[in-house]
Amino acid sequence: MTAVTIEDDGAAPGAARARRSMDWNAVRTVARTDLRQLIQARDFWIPMMALGAIFFFVIPTILLLVITRLSNVHIVQQLSTTLEVLPAKAQQAIRGESGQARAAYAMAVYLFAPVAVVVPLTISTAVGAATIVGERERGTGEFLAHSPAGVREIYIGKLIASLAPGYVTTIVGFGVYALIVNLIVGPDVGGWFFPTSQWWVLMLWVVPPFLALTLSLVLRLSARVKSTAAAQQASGLVSLPLIMVAYSQSTGALFGADSVSWVIGAIAWIAAFAGLRRGMRAVTRARLLGVADER
Amino acid sequence: MTITVDDTRAPEAGQPEPLVELRGVSRSFGDQPALRDLDLVAPASRITVLLGPNGAGKTTAIRTITGALEPHAGRVRVFGLDPAIHGAEIRRRCGVVSAKPSLYDLLTGYDNLAYAAQLYGLGRGASADRLIRDSAARFGIDHALDQRAGGYSTGMKTRLALARAVLHGPDLLLFDEPTSGLDPESSLAVLELIREMTATGATVVMCTHLLLEAEGLADLVVVLEDGRCLVAGSPGELTARYWPAAVVRLDAEDPPMLDRLAHTPGVLAYDREDGAAAVVQLDDMARVPDLVRQLALDGVRLTRVEPHSPTLEDLYFAVRGRPRPTAGVVPRDPTPIDNRRLRSGNRVGRRFRDPFSASPEGAR
Repeated sequence: MTAVTIEDDGAAPGAARARRSMDWNAVRTVARTDLRQLIQARDFWIPMMALGAIFFFVIPTILLLVITRLSNVHIVQQLSTTLEVLPAKAQQAIRGESGQARAAYAMAVYLFAPVAVVVPLTISTAVGAATIVGERERGTGEFLAHSPAGVREIYIGKLIASLAPGYVTTIVGFGVYALIVNLIVGPDVGGWFFPTSQWWVLMLWVVPPFLALTLSLVLRLSARVKSTAAAQQASGLVSLPLIMVAYSQSTGALFGADSVSWVIGAIAWIAAFAGLRRGMRAVTRARLLGVADER
Repeated sequence: MTITVDDTRAPEAGQPEPLVELRGVSRSFGDQPALRDLDLVAPASRITVLLGPNGAGKTTAIRTITGALEPHAGRVRVFGLDPAIHGAEIRRRCGVVSAKPSLYDLLTGYDNLAYAAQLYGLGRGASADRLIRDSAARFGIDHALDQRAGGYSTGMKTRLALARAVLHGPDLLLFDEPTSGLDPESSLAVLELIREMTATGATVVMCTHLLLEAEGLADLVVVLEDGRCLVAGSPGELTARYWPAAVVRLDAEDPPMLDRLAHTPGVLAYDREDGAAAVVQLDDMARVPDLVRQLALDGVRLTRVEPHSPTLEDLYFAVRGRPRPTAGVVPRDPTPIDNRRLRSGNRVGRRFRDPFSASPEGAR
């Protein structure tokens, strides 16, 4: 367990504050309990599973089957022509002898990359938007506010609980997607080829910080607004530009040189840590109680 | 880890430091003051009841005690510690039940208790499991631990909230209208459970606007209004302060025969309207048997002897200076009775008390 020294919460302005280590047991407890509630909420996770299935399984399967089994040569030729707009390095990486195979390979590797960002951001935003304002609406914020858990521990626990469903869905979906791609496109391009190294970097280095950055904003909103509905509306507005940025950056990471992915990921990590640090300050016991704490 | 306590007063000799102490505490929400210069002391191992109407500041006081809310002014000490500095330590030693049970409806009763056990540092092992099951059994919800809390009745939810509050063996129990929304039977059961909890030496601070539920439960009563403390003391002390005289209502087959009591030693005031029962104020309730015996010897056939002890409700309205919505024997005027004028026109107080106040003991 890593001991992190933090300032205790809830101190009156100007009062001497006790500094104590982060209680990671409390963080785990809050995260685990939130996740347990999510698992119990079937009306939430069934649509989310459907979302992941549509993006990682249904659409790719249909599109790749259509391309690889397509008899209309004209359409395939048009798709092959479209590949010429890709950067030269990306074009060189495309495998396959026939136009169909090359088009399917390009779609599998490049077209669906942003899906890997959109799905976790959508799911995590939905979870995160309700997490703090939901405690307030249910009245359970009172229990947390009177508990010995620090507000930073509550914040990080809720961040993990919001991040995990989206990221786990993405990782599972990624595995399913890899299987489909290799089974459908693999035979035409000389065997299993997916995930490529750039996809690994995208999934493990680029997606998580974008997720954390978005959640840092969403949790701040969740702490401040008066209702879950308002939180979800506001979160949608905040996360949409971030989804677009993540979309473009992840695409660029795949099309660019190897170092581009690492640089984009590093910048995203820095922004995420700054966002999380600011987000922590938004959660106070007064906000868990649902009272105005401004003087 | 270095912790500095900015203000630690040494308790005076023979005077144990109160468990909860609020001095001059103020707290506002925007422009709306919730607590105004509030003084509140809750002694250890006692039940302190905060009485007051909605908006009096009871809930804010409870939240300030645990450090969930910071005061904007004043000094708060709980277990001798400042919640602004040692909030986590204080909260670990407190058990709170709020007006809404604050339960996770999607989780089972067991999971709700397990969540609290883990947050309060009891862990997840066999010992925590035993504590959870013992606590649930104590409040009679052990049979429903595997059911979702959302399916519990209101009474069961309150019991679960109580079980959660005492799970970690807190030294200070804070109840914010714990019987809110319960039927009378469940309310009585909950109050009985609260009474039992103090048997283990725990300190209880309970706020309510239901006077009947505080009756017989409170060791100390604090009446709040508009965020201020109007009066504080034990029910006995406060009753003696507001009703220094004992009151007894007497009736007879021939009521005018009771009028002789007006000149009887120990009677501070006598009041009887035509055809009505007599209301007699005595310097001591212990005089009642002697009065009855004397009346019987005088041939008065009594039909009713009703000693009246002011209830907490009487006290509450007297303290707040508000008229009681229902009639009672005790005068409804907020002025303490020894300064009031009876309906007969007699001034209660000096005129009646003087002959006996010199040697009240000897008069018995």
